[in-house]
Amino acid sequence: MTTAARPLTRHRPLSERIIEVLLFLSAAVGVVTTLGIVAVLVFETLDFFVVVSPIDFFTGTFWSASILPRAWGVLALVSGTVLVAAIALVIAVPLGLLAAVFLADYASPRVRTVVKPILETIAGIPTIVLGFFAVNFISPQLLIPLLGRNNIGGFSALAGGIVVGLLITPLIASISEDSMRAVPRGMREGAYAMGATRFEVVRKVVFPAAISGIMASIILAMSRAIGETMAVLLAVGAKPQFTIDPTESVQTMTAFIAAISLGETAQGSIEFKSLFAVGLTLFGMTLVLNLISGWVVRKYRTAY
Amino acid sequence: MNTQLSEAPVREAATNGPGPAIRLATLPAGGAAPTVDAAPEYVVELRDVSCYYGAFRAVRNVDIKVAKNAITALIGPSGCGKSTLLRTINRMNDLVPSYRSEGQIMLDGQDLFAKEVDPVAVRRRVGMVFQKPNPFPKTIWENVAFGPKVNGYKGNLNELVETSLRRAALWDDVKDKLKQSGMSLSGGQQQRLCIARTIAVNPEVILMDEPCSALDPRSTLQIEELMAELKREYTIVIVTHNMQQAARASDTTVFMTMGEDRAGFVVEQGPTAQIFTNPRNQLTEDYVSGRFG
Repeated sequence: MTTAARPLTRHRPLSERIIEVLLFLSAAVGVVTTLGIVAVLVFETLDFFVVVSPIDFFTGTFWSASILPRAWGVLALVSGTVLVAAIALVIAVPLGLLAAVFLADYASPRVRTVVKPILETIAGIPTIVLGFFAVNFISPQLLIPLLGRNNIGGFSALAGGIVVGLLITPLIASISEDSMRAVPRGMREGAYAMGATRFEVVRKVVFPAAISGIMASIILAMSRAIGETMAVLLAVGAKPQFTIDPTESVQTMTAFIAAISLGETAQGSIEFKSLFAVGLTLFGMTLVLNLISGWVVRKYRTAY
Repeated sequence: MNTQLSEAPVREAATNGPGPAIRLATLPAGGAAPTVDAAPEYVVELRDVSCYYGAFRAVRNVDIKVAKNAITALIGPSGCGKSTLLRTINRMNDLVPSYRSEGQIMLDGQDLFAKEVDPVAVRRRVGMVFQKPNPFPKTIWENVAFGPKVNGYKGNLNELVETSLRRAALWDDVKDKLKQSGMSLSGGQQQRLCIARTIAVNPEVILMDEPCSALDPRSTLQIEELMAELKREYTIVIVTHNMQQAARASDTTVFMTMGEDRAGFVVEQGPTAQIFTNPRNQLTEDYVSGRFG
């Protein structure tokens, strides 16, 4: 057979075309869903802003959705969220990074293969269980005996922050460890060969080289802490207030949404619509964090 | 057997000096000029060194004397333990969990394997340049200043960085871009940066683990010229797969191979010219003439 006999024209079997369509549709599901969610959020929120001024909503510090007189200052909820997330990060960042350094540069391979999966299991614990743990252990057994019954109640931002901190520690540890381990061995050896100690190698070579992954893990953890619902719903109580006092009971945005949408809120009522406004605010915050995370990774990425 | 093989040629080196190497060298003669005609002074002595990874013996019963202000080349087939042996001299292999070694390595009369010896302190006196250039993802300046900083250098860092880069023949290439990343340089420049970095700590011995294997011929030649320059102040031990390189650039050559048990051992060592032109051992002759490996 000569080569000329083989046609150069386009020939695609039907199966090829079917699979292409299927693959495209699968990819489209995610995009369409996201767009749909955003559309609904925006639509309902605009409806809400017909009744409540957006300026009052975004600058007010009092929130009362069901008890008269009503107040729609979302900062009360934002402050609860930020407070819990901040406490969580104060706990999780040092703990997670130290764990990552240990796993990446200090632990023997055998220790690492045992410890890392266990650490990651914590991230897999249903968050409602952690919330329960906060209410039944952290608050009564730890915080109240430590700080005194007069200073802290059964529900507090601190208790919520601690469980969320435990929840996001493995996230930081795991992603940071991956990025530290991705630093080539040759780079470590180069530092060792000049008489650097192990801690100097970690601090001056591995850590800076892995910084993009480390920053990304922290921002991701922050985003997770802000979005966390069940654990904080149980742990922090349901008292929306604009405060930075960690011993106070607060309410986070997510906890508010969970609490209100499970109750007997009438569809179309103002409380119902406020859910979407809060949801959109929350969505905006996590979106910004994810964008920052992407930017950080690109900006600080080191090619080895 | 090894002991006999290793002792005799070294004595001969004393009388011959590294002179004959020049005949083989393609380098400008000035760079490779012999430094001493008297009996060589040994900086490092390996005595009956064996290396193990777990139960596996990678290197057995090695005796090598490394002459001061000279270049000693370790050659031999892949897997014969050259790199393992080299990485034992600055206790780099201590970082490998299952690794352990036996015997003695004397640096200026002090046993590097002694209990009280700190590997970190050893590495400050025995520097190392690696196979793949491994600059830090930092600026060129910081790459060179890194070692002195961790060693608590108190003098003028800018001066030290400049001197080190000059000695590594890199200053003219980088003097206007010291703030750029070390990784932005070409492969050959990166390797010279790594050499500058090593020199900045002012070690007595510089170990080089196939420093040119990732480089093009032009950069390779530059590194070889640099080595000839550096041996005036430092003692260099180089592992190379490139026999022409060993023949061109080194004063003393150590030929290693591995036995039935896959453990590497020294077959023969002596002045480079003699190893390449008149080896005493059949194994050496087969290897340097290209019949093996």
